[in-house]
Amino acid sequence: MDEMDSGIVKKFMFVNRKAPHGTVYALEVLEMVLISAAFDQDVHLAFIDDGIYQIKKGQAPAEIGVKNFSPTYRALEGYDIEKLYVEAEGMAERGLTEDDLLVPVEVLSRAEMGKLMAEMDVVLTA
Amino acid sequence: MAYTSNGTAIEADEEGYLININEWTEDLAGQIAKDEGITMSPEHWEVVNFLREYYAEYQIAPAVRVLTKAIAKKMGPEKGNNKYLYELFPYGPGKQACKIAGLPKPTGCV
Amino acid sequence: MSVLHTVNKSPFDRNNLDSCLNHAQPGDAILLIEDAVFAAMAGTAVAGKMADAAKTFRLHVLGPDLKARGFDPAGVVTGVTVVDYGGFVELAAQNKAINAWL
Repeated sequence: MDEMDSGIVKKFMFVNRKAPHGTVYALEVLEMVLISAAFDQDVHLAFIDDGIYQIKKGQAPAEIGVKNFSPTYRALEGYDIEKLYVEAEGMAERGLTEDDLLVPVEVLSRAEMGKLMAEMDVVLTA
Repeated sequence: MAYTSNGTAIEADEEGYLININEWTEDLAGQIAKDEGITMSPEHWEVVNFLREYYAEYQIAPAVRVLTKAIAKKMGPEKGNNKYLYELFPYGPGKQACKIAGLPKPTGCV
Repeated sequence: MSVLHTVNKSPFDRNNLDSCLNHAQPGDAILLIEDAVFAAMAGTAVAGKMADAAKTFRLHVLGPDLKARGFDPAGVVTGVTVVDYGGFVELAAQNKAINAWL
């Protein structure tokens, strides 16, 4: 609690680079992001590599016996987490466009993404 | 632990949150509320139903701060504030209302 | 008799699809499952490779894994067949062995 009230705001970035459903990384990071919202930090979310698949529209994993947590990304706005970035090159490699994504994002080039990461105080990649 | 509703056993975790949200019934909500020392009024139901709608849309139980803000947005500031919600659910709108609504404990709930 | 190869990792994350394609024999069946289903979609950086592979191998993708990830089975690379769990079982029965590229 002391840390929460200390008033020091750091730039945090969670870098998502794993596809959802096949492994548990995406869901674990999402839960960490939701918890981090309670600490009033300057939270950024980056989706690069296969992490872009986390916010693909139309996910329906009921048949493979996995909870569909993709709607939760749309709840982030209510948690005041609105800085979402997606890498353009990664989308292109995967045949995806911004229209395929279920949340509003800012599309950055790989070079721009690297620069943004460099500005952060804390980066957590999974 | 487990509840019994209409003759069916419904599983819950050690704190009383349902294991399977789909097993929730209004009857069960009344029962959980009673265990929490709450008599359900239309105002209580309004919050519980709001939580169920929120869960249906986002697949999570919201943090209290987020819930308060969302209720303020939908029902106005006279309901979307801590005082109003804590009067309805004295041990925390997150914890108690979520339990009554059959939702999991809110992520990051403190 | 042919072999059924299953691949379960994303082609953008791991190289087991490449390794499978480099070792499988002409006429073998390959089934993309779990995160490997991304390789089946048209318009990706590996779509050309998959179209080529379809000339040598019998390529399949598991429909439920595509739908789980929000992809329309109608959008797969030409030459790739979408199967359900029943089709998976049939493939396993039709081939003399299964090689799972994990």
